[in-house]
Amino acid sequence: VTAVTDDILTIKLNGRKRKAGKGQSVLEAARDCGIAIPTLCYHEALEPVGSCRLCVVEVTAGGRTRTMASCVTPVEDGMAVVTESPRIAEIRRMIMRLLLARCPSIEIIQRMARDLGVKASPFPKDDKDCYLCGMCVRACAEIVGVGAIGFAYRGSLSEVQPPFGQESNVCIGCGTCTTICPARTFDLNKVFARRSMHKGGQKEITRCTVCENHYTGT
Amino acid sequence: VTLSQLHRQGEVSALMATAVRLAAVRDLDALRKRLRGARGAKGVSVSICAGTGCRAHGSLDLFEEFKQQLAARGLGDVAVRTTGCHGFCERGPLVVIYPKRIFYHGVKLQDVSAIIEQTIGRGEIVESLLYKDPVTGTKHLTEDEVPFYAKQERIVFRNNGKIDPTSIEDYIAADGYAALAKAVTGMKPEEVVAEVTLSGLRGRGGAGFPTGIKWQTCRSQPGDQKYIICNGDEGDPGAFMDRSIMEGDPHSVLEGMTIGAFGIGANKGYIYVRAEYPLAVSNLTVAVDQARTFGLLGENILGSGFGFDIEIIRGAGAFVCGEETALMSSIEGREGRPRPRPPFPAQKGLWDKPTNINNVETWANVSQIILRGGKWYASLGTEKSKGTKVFSLVGKVKNTGLIEVQMGTTLREIIYDIGGGVLKDKQLKAVQTGGPSGGCIPASLIDLPVDYEELARAGSIMGSGGLIVMDEETCMVDVAHYFVSFLEEESCGKCTPCREGIRRMREILGRIVKGDGKPGDIELLESLGKVIKESSLCGLGATSPNPVLTTLRYFRDEYEAHVYKKRCPAKVCKALIVYRVVADKCTGCQRCVRACPVHAISGPRSQPHNLDPTKCIKCGACYEVCRFDAIAGDAIYVE
Repeated sequence: VTAVTDDILTIKLNGRKRKAGKGQSVLEAARDCGIAIPTLCYHEALEPVGSCRLCVVEVTAGGRTRTMASCVTPVEDGMAVVTESPRIAEIRRMIMRLLLARCPSIEIIQRMARDLGVKASPFPKDDKDCYLCGMCVRACAEIVGVGAIGFAYRGSLSEVQPPFGQESNVCIGCGTCTTICPARTFDLNKVFARRSMHKGGQKEITRCTVCENHYTGT
Repeated sequence: VTLSQLHRQGEVSALMATAVRLAAVRDLDALRKRLRGARGAKGVSVSICAGTGCRAHGSLDLFEEFKQQLAARGLGDVAVRTTGCHGFCERGPLVVIYPKRIFYHGVKLQDVSAIIEQTIGRGEIVESLLYKDPVTGTKHLTEDEVPFYAKQERIVFRNNGKIDPTSIEDYIAADGYAALAKAVTGMKPEEVVAEVTLSGLRGRGGAGFPTGIKWQTCRSQPGDQKYIICNGDEGDPGAFMDRSIMEGDPHSVLEGMTIGAFGIGANKGYIYVRAEYPLAVSNLTVAVDQARTFGLLGENILGSGFGFDIEIIRGAGAFVCGEETALMSSIEGREGRPRPRPPFPAQKGLWDKPTNINNVETWANVSQIILRGGKWYASLGTEKSKGTKVFSLVGKVKNTGLIEVQMGTTLREIIYDIGGGVLKDKQLKAVQTGGPSGGCIPASLIDLPVDYEELARAGSIMGSGGLIVMDEETCMVDVAHYFVSFLEEESCGKCTPCREGIRRMREILGRIVKGDGKPGDIELLESLGKVIKESSLCGLGATSPNPVLTTLRYFRDEYEAHVYKKRCPAKVCKALIVYRVVADKCTGCQRCVRACPVHAISGPRSQPHNLDPTKCIKCGACYEVCRFDAIAGDAIYVE
């Protein structure tokens, strides 16, 4: 997303005229106006990717109304945005039914489903510990500047892994991936088990049982 | 890979060996004149289709056989060459004898001597190899008389089947690169774009976006580095339009791209072609090499000062890489996953530079638009869909193959006049258009004119041009299950609705075809399909519910029969059928007894057999082998 500039645009947000900054996404503009839009893959510190699709809104521009992911839709002058409608609610509920079936025991999924009025999923349950928001992957590449992990496989078999599932030799063991993981399930040990030290070769990486942070053993 | 390695016969033509860079348009014109003169004098020649279909039928052996026998008979001066796909793949291998253009089909090795003796030697016709109209019984001498071709309008396929795709001379002799010469020396870039806009050409990859507007958007972007991409990642099951163009007339793609680059202001182009198309890769590589040698790619093309070059990139096999943003990501060496638009490729494409991406067929149209004018092109087709469209006509149709028809041609004309009707004259049930994520159009809409708007209205899409004919023995739930399974495997996994939703659709459909469908499943499919369609990130997800939603729209009763009555009306879903021997039809020939892998059928010769349903694994082998063809369905019958 391009940097927010001083240019101010006018958009119609849920029927009310609002100011928005040029370069902002619809999601950011809405949040600035105090309107909450649910998301599962958006993070202020990361480039938005528009993958969870929970943040869909109805956007009318140029005479056409479309359902768009608000986190990756830049505001345009004169654009009309509706953040809540029966259709939007139905889409969000269906997405939560899908995610609740994939990750029934992840707390943030349970909470989001509840918030959106989804009590149960009509689909057979899996018990995956990752719903592929990709925050860890983006944080490692964008914030840490390493890119030790990425997506492997396709479709519902997708997984976050270091390349070829091999222990990473570029990971610096900073733990940003585990810290940012909204599901609190990212395990650094699946990226690598040892850390190279400036002196003294390699050391084991261990996770503290009390604070859950990783540290390098002596 | 060098030119000489790739040249099929291992010999570079004499002209190539002494090829001189064409420095100006007059050099190109002089060369064309010389080539045509040389060809005109030759007289008799043999042209053998070496498209993938005919190769599978053994056309390369035919090529060798012709060369050997001609040489042995002292007729070595009769030219033998291979061409790209003619489209009539059902009847391969196809052989055409020039100059009379005598069209032989289904030619076998043992026919070669007859053709040489009679046709080449004495100018007589080998009657048995001519195409015989199955209805009227009339024999047709040349290709254009054959009904399969008569209703076609061949613009993209103008050269396919006529020229040797590995010979730039063949292409030049057939007016090749004349449009490029016209564009770069006689037109301004904006005039080129305006001509394409005027033509009304729309993207042939499926979405149908107006090509001229796309070019203009890219052209008007700031920045001096722009890219052109040709999307050759055709991956729809049963579709082979783009492959045949790349294999059979690669220079038409290069010429279109070079003209586009001139109009848009790009100096580098990429052809992204799937690695599963080795012949396309090889013929494109030869073509690029030749075009460079002749100065039709590279710096200062035809003395115009305009420079452009093309690189060929092989895709690694992901269907989703046909999606433009995923394709660009793949070229950049990153994972082939789509990203949201905007920014559109024209704004921020390959390596964040303005990029124009078009499909193979779109590019192949360009030179004809420049040569014959946008107005001419716009006179073909319907109000909003101009020109022609190539379809791969497959499934339960008599004349399987590639066809090119004007936009607006009806499904009836395509299936019956060109396709020759449904296989075994069975009843037409539906036509699936647009590849795996297209929709099924019921037989009741057979008079639907095929263009972008009409297909969308019927709930389907143009897609890249797959056309699958389905007969009465097709189960629509099974069809939806098949396509959704394909899409499940090809979903990249980035966005929730596509990754999780398609999989759940497949699970529900899988349940239904197994007879385990529950009340509420149909409604769940419907609401899930709508959400996936509306909320997915890219075109793959957004179109993936089409096979489900259209079959639900037109064949809901079949779903209901599966779910509520545990019955498959088309007798396809194995779990829902019972095989039994119909006593008064069975002659007791014992073929089914021998075919049954689990010995479920027994009985003495000449007496109606018995089928033990407790042993039967429903493999259908008995049904397949039963001799009493028309009665086959009855003799061992499914209920």
